[in-house]
Amino acid sequence: MSSSPMEVPSLFGACPAPRPETERVLLAHGSGGLLTSQLIEEMVLPAFRNPALELLDDQAVLPFGAGGERIAFTTDSYVVTPLFFPGGDIGELAVNGTINDLAMGGARPVALSLAFILEEGLPFEELRRVIESARRAAAGAGVPIVTGDTKVVGRGNGDKIFINTSGIGLVPAGVHLSSSRVAPGDVILLSGAIGDHGATILAEREGLALGGALASDTAALHELSAEILRAAPGTHAMRDPTRGGLATVLVEIASRRKLGVDVDERSVPVHDAVRGACELYGLDPLLLANEGKLVAFVPAAEADQALAAMRAHPLGCEAARIGYVTGDGAGLVTLRTPLGGRRILDLPYAEPLPRIC
Amino acid sequence: MCLGIPGEVMALTERDGLPFATVRFGGVLRDVCLACQPDVVLGDFVLVHVGLAIAKINREQAERAWQVLQEIGQTAEVAPDEAVPEEVAPANTRTEPFT
Amino acid sequence: MKYLEEYRDPEVAAGLTREIARTVTRPWVLMEVCGGQTHAIVRYGIDQMLPPEVELVHGPGCPVCVTALETIDRAHAIAARPNVIFASFGDMLRVPGSHSDLLSLRGRGADVRIVYSPLDAVAIARSNPDKQVVFLGIGFETTAPANAMALVQAKRLGVRNFSMLLSHVLVPPAIAAIVEAPDNRVQAFLGPGHVCAVVGTREYDALAARYRVPIVVTGFEPIDLLEGILMVVRQLEAGRAEVENQYARTVARDGNRAAKDLIAQVFEVTDRKWRGIGAIADSGYRINEEYRAHDAEHLFDVDDIRTAESSACMSGLVLRGLKKPCDCPAFGTACTPRTPLGATMVSAEGACAAYFQYGRRAKQEKTDVL
Repeated sequence: MSSSPMEVPSLFGACPAPRPETERVLLAHGSGGLLTSQLIEEMVLPAFRNPALELLDDQAVLPFGAGGERIAFTTDSYVVTPLFFPGGDIGELAVNGTINDLAMGGARPVALSLAFILEEGLPFEELRRVIESARRAAAGAGVPIVTGDTKVVGRGNGDKIFINTSGIGLVPAGVHLSSSRVAPGDVILLSGAIGDHGATILAEREGLALGGALASDTAALHELSAEILRAAPGTHAMRDPTRGGLATVLVEIASRRKLGVDVDERSVPVHDAVRGACELYGLDPLLLANEGKLVAFVPAAEADQALAAMRAHPLGCEAARIGYVTGDGAGLVTLRTPLGGRRILDLPYAEPLPRIC
Repeated sequence: MCLGIPGEVMALTERDGLPFATVRFGGVLRDVCLACQPDVVLGDFVLVHVGLAIAKINREQAERAWQVLQEIGQTAEVAPDEAVPEEVAPANTRTEPFT
Repeated sequence: MKYLEEYRDPEVAAGLTREIARTVTRPWVLMEVCGGQTHAIVRYGIDQMLPPEVELVHGPGCPVCVTALETIDRAHAIAARPNVIFASFGDMLRVPGSHSDLLSLRGRGADVRIVYSPLDAVAIARSNPDKQVVFLGIGFETTAPANAMALVQAKRLGVRNFSMLLSHVLVPPAIAAIVEAPDNRVQAFLGPGHVCAVVGTREYDALAARYRVPIVVTGFEPIDLLEGILMVVRQLEAGRAEVENQYARTVARDGNRAAKDLIAQVFEVTDRKWRGIGAIADSGYRINEEYRAHDAEHLFDVDDIRTAESSACMSGLVLRGLKKPCDCPAFGTACTPRTPLGATMVSAEGACAAYFQYGRRAKQEKTDVL
């Protein structure tokens, strides 16, 4: 990366900030924001080029047999710290998260795999709790865990538990959900309040006392997505705003599709507890992860039905219309602020941290 | 700098010989040190920065200042050419405010 | 949330904006001192709502941005030591020093903890008597009472394993440095609301008088900022140069007596080096003699610090309001939050970072009259 030296009056000295290393993986590469995006675009995609991968949807939908049905296939890894938090734990997260990736493709989840990488010294009690949570989540969703793997790494070489879950599902004929289908005029629907999971994890991990008001929203969304598709079969795309938050989903779609996205910040639901935590610690709910929410891009003609279907389901009772897609070729997300002004929404650089300034 | 927000005093407590309060910020509660605001009572609003109450919100001042703001809004009428242009929404989308 | 969300009312904001437009007759350059004010201005697009005659330039009120590289390197050296628990506000975690940053050090095994309050760091020290707990105490005057309280508690309760690496900076010397610079364009200031909640507004009388600049102590919400701007513009148009208090619901003329006493009990004024600006006399606090036992600067021998200066960037000019982030050729290209060249891109509320985060990649459409 070249830098042309700039003349600065000597009165004020040279800028002392050195450039950080750019040739190694940073923690920020895992936060789902800008750096993650760049890593994938610059290193991963070029190596494995194929049409399914390049759509960069939450799941890959592959042709299967002659009946028009397709297989959805997805994988995800879970490295969350702490393992246990209000509202759930890594086991539940791992099952729900992968079910959700399938659901975002319109698939009926068929089966999951579950692979553990365990750190030497992990107490059995913790492992039992995680397994029980995964069992309960899978049973509750009606999706069996049919295969798996277990590895152990030496103490210090793994953060207690890493989990990888992969999932397969069946996408019915006629259902085509993909970010590549998002079109100008689409209405953007959000299934509920954002920021609960991200705020909870941050508070737990950094020991920020908040009187126990926060809890993760982790939930399996396959039934909700099926309801939406029943009411609005023309739905173009669904995404679950996990790490990187709602902002990341919107920005990725806008920039990849070179479409404009207009969102009214006032219409985005946020629970009081999350709002208070964000004000107190200087966080933006739009950048915080969600594990039980989805964003749907629905043609205007079907938007009302889709919203009604969401609100009729327990996991979508706070659903809201938050914006629409425009033909603006710049590929930017424009946020209408509570003041009535406008600002551009961008990918977070890295995972949000609490601030006092 | 100085991210400080107002919160409502819900309970008065003590910790390690210092006066503390349980303060509500929207939907969360947080303990706040009152060493610099010892004369606070339940229901007061305090301005909190890094866990310390650095000021008590002066309700009379707030109301007076709010009156001034309302007056400013009323005297500065909108001229026709100052009206904010309506966003042109794409065809087939609702034009009602988002709910 | 009362006393917060009503100050984001769009109709009141529109009324203030109209009144500002009705009041200006000539171009004016205003500086908001505080990084939190910069953040709010960019986040809510307030500068875009103003008439073209009113230009807002962003000041050096970002303690993260202006913390000297030597202090940061010292913090990293201490944090890397075994047997040390290093506690810090979240803001400082990603700030790069000459070799690393706190978050990377944590990834490599250093015990680095984020705290919201300095008192939480004292609690960590009490729970970990066999470790040295060091807290990085940065901030303007606003944060000083809390940092002082932590030291008072530590001494009173005999928490010997707690110490603080202090790097406080003061606002009035920075304002003076800005106005005294030969190429200064700033004609008035939005004063720092929370700093003044602690120390009061009297210190600013001398500045307003000496430099003939209006100073309106202003809050942080959009309505506060717009009202503060209106009050400044009214003064400028009338040829006045006084200190006014827009943020009267929180700021009293004499500030917070108990907080000021606490500061005086623990700290004393000293010279400080401001990253991007240089050394300013009497512009900071250090821990006084009585609390030396808890002063990390004296407790930790980290003399082999060699700060690595890199190529020049415009941070200094941005911090002094002479340039906007988008004036810099490196902004958004060579210099991004991923690869910051300067202090103002490193901090979440540095002007460059705020501009980047809120999408200000190019000069705004509003025409610059100047």
